[in-house]
Amino acid sequence: MTVRRFVATLLLVASAASAQPATDLAFDQRIRKLEEQLRCLVCQNQTLADSGAGLADDLRREVRTLAMSGKSDDEIRAFLVARYGDFILYDPPVKPRTWLLWFGPFALLVAGGVIWMVIVRRRRDGGGDDSPSGLLGSDAKARARAWLDEEPPGV
Amino acid sequence: MRAIKAWKWTLPLAIFAVVVAFLYVGLSRDPREVPSPLIGKPAPQFSLAQLHEPAKTLGSADMKGRVWLLNVWASWCVSCRVEHPLLLELGKAKIVPIVGLNYKDKTPEGKAWLAEHGDPYTVSIVDADGRVGIDWGVYGVPETFVVDKQGVIRYKQIGPVTAEALERKILPLIRELERS
Repeated sequence: MTVRRFVATLLLVASAASAQPATDLAFDQRIRKLEEQLRCLVCQNQTLADSGAGLADDLRREVRTLAMSGKSDDEIRAFLVARYGDFILYDPPVKPRTWLLWFGPFALLVAGGVIWMVIVRRRRDGGGDDSPSGLLGSDAKARARAWLDEEPPGV
Repeated sequence: MRAIKAWKWTLPLAIFAVVVAFLYVGLSRDPREVPSPLIGKPAPQFSLAQLHEPAKTLGSADMKGRVWLLNVWASWCVSCRVEHPLLLELGKAKIVPIVGLNYKDKTPEGKAWLAEHGDPYTVSIVDADGRVGIDWGVYGVPETFVVDKQGVIRYKQIGPVTAEALERKILPLIRELERS
């Protein structure tokens, strides 16, 4: 009996101990995820989660406090952006100021594609003196054609 | 086909010029200087105990109607020593009140530091845990803010105040704000 009661007590304690941390774990994960999206302003190439700087400690504490007071992730981000600017976000928001940043590479890609297509098309059409067929003058081309059409000599 | 010949050298040249322009601007900027979103916005509300008279507080409301400087400093801050002689001079000239935000410091050490190096501040206030610093977007010490009569932040100096920054930006701005 005593053994069974002991085991029961043990189970009860264990379940009580694990029930509370389960929610804490979810909370910790949420905070961790949020901190990984935020930049440490002191060591710039580290996230708030990774940084050991004093300010990062303070900001982590602030994020936690805000989250515990019921603020949403967006509200916490807005709180930090209001004080430190968009730079604190690893993912810069899309707005007129950052259009070049977000769409510039794609614009370059499209421009490159257009140039490439123009060159390819021009070469295929055989026009233009920058195409390979244009390397030879029309005289030389005619002579080459004649050689190719000739019977091979000395057969 | 003459048009294409022209393109052949103008296009790379144009691309090169754009790259040079971007690099020229980009590389001459200090990546440590993150522009503050607080410029043009009302200064954050605060009320903190004074360093030398802990029973008294100083709040943002006390500074309304005056142009003033907030200088963030600490006894552990090495580059604060660089700007300190300039602040002492500015304090002596009594051009503007300089409020010192003693940031994440120990009060005895802060006081000892001022006793050793001189005290340019009209008053220093204690932000021991850096909470008010977060509201001001402080991420490095020293930092200096210029606040106008309406309590709006007009300028932020990141890093030590230099003679050049003082003469070219801070002092002209203060004169302009005083007039308005």
